Amino acid sequence: MKEETEGNKYTTISIPTPLAEKIKKRIKGTGFTSLSSYVTYVLREVISGSEEESDEAFSKEDEEKVKERLRALGYLD
Amino acid sequence: MPKPHGGKLIDRHIKKDLSETAKLPKSEINTNLAEDIENIAKGVFSPLEGFLCKNDLENVVKEKRLEDDTPWTIPILLDFDKQEIKNLKEGDQILLTNTETGLRSILNIDEIYTFDKKTLAQSVYGTQDTNHPGVANVHNMKQFLLGGKITLLQSKTRDFDEYNLTPKETRFLFKEKGWKEIVAFQTRNPPHIGHEYVQKTALTFVDGIFINPIIGKKKKGDFTDKVILASYETLMKYYYLKERAVMSILRTSMKYAGPREAIHHAIMRKNYGCTHFIVGRDHAGVGNYYGPYDAHAIFQEFPDIGITPVFFRSFFKCTKCDAVVNEKICPHEEKYHINFSGKKIRELLVNGQIPPDDMMRKEVSETILKFDKPFVE
Repeated sequence: MKEETEGNKYTTISIPTPLAEKIKKRIKGTGFTSLSSYVTYVLREVISGSEEESDEAFSKEDEEKVKERLRALGYLD
Repeated sequence: MPKPHGGKLIDRHIKKDLSETAKLPKSEINTNLAEDIENIAKGVFSPLEGFLCKNDLENVVKEKRLEDDTPWTIPILLDFDKQEIKNLKEGDQILLTNTETGLRSILNIDEIYTFDKKTLAQSVYGTQDTNHPGVANVHNMKQFLLGGKITLLQSKTRDFDEYNLTPKETRFLFKEKGWKEIVAFQTRNPPHIGHEYVQKTALTFVDGIFINPIIGKKKKGDFTDKVILASYETLMKYYYLKERAVMSILRTSMKYAGPREAIHHAIMRKNYGCTHFIVGRDHAGVGNYYGPYDAHAIFQEFPDIGITPVFFRSFFKCTKCDAVVNEKICPHEEKYHINFSGKKIRELLVNGQIPPDDMMRKEVSETILKFDKPFVE
């Protein structure tokens, strides 16, 4: 895939012309002002599903303290 | 449960021997900034690890995103004046303190820079009118900004801390309760019937509700924090299933940035582990600076925000339906509608009167009236 950079903010990515034409038709009358804004939107949606999850586990000792606190609030039995 | 914003729950709270900080330059900061530091350190503002540097600020202002494209709409900034930065340079460390919160925190100064107040105000608040409280705050900011990672070393126990759960704790709680879908409700007021309908309508479709009052600096005439929490305790006790509702406070200042702040509020609730966020009419608005549903429309710009907004218009009582309804489900003319007026309820309570049952639960009203001084003076 050919890429060109414009400063550091934007990159040009090539997509097949027929696909670009289909997208142009699709975004007519929508809030999308350009092919780029639509492609950016779709890619952001796709990429957001692949973020890595962090390890959020408590140590055994901390877990007991947290449970005690949550029980005091009546949130755990 | 959604991943934390940016993919990682930030934890920059470490217990450290304070004697190691004795030689660092020291600066007392205000309570709002101290609360920002606590929110960064405990992951409420994930993925931020500190105060914004210049590139991030510029991107937030122009694109509503951090430099790495992560959605972020409210700049989190540390301002200093010329005198305060006189002996500081990039690469230095400084000890930030706040007497009210007992905060001790180290800032690694990555960048010292200036900013344009007019651009910042216009972008974030959509106006340069200094009558807007957010714009006024921007104009009161000092001239220089310090960007860099913070480390929270210490903060003291404060009122309502039993309800001050961290995102790590709420995520643990939701897992323990077996909740997969959680809707967050933000509030700054005791609940009236309209609020309850919004909450329960949303709750019907998920596993649990996370009631998350904003606690902190308030203006004269507002309900006190104690009253807000006590009124919710009462509502939850009498009108919610114990296994379906939890409450935790959020210490942060309101910016009144309307739509941009709605995104910020949603991001914070995503970090707490919520999958849905209720956005009402004129969310985080003030005066007439924003359209009533601008805070709904802005979500279209963020397909990657990772939390589902639940949009509500106002609920009202329809005398013809003889029910609490909203404009999507009530076919009757406006003359049959009675709005839940927070102002009217407040007036009655100020005079020691119990609002009608169809405005506010009697138990909630009685809880409020038990306080000698339910309003900020």
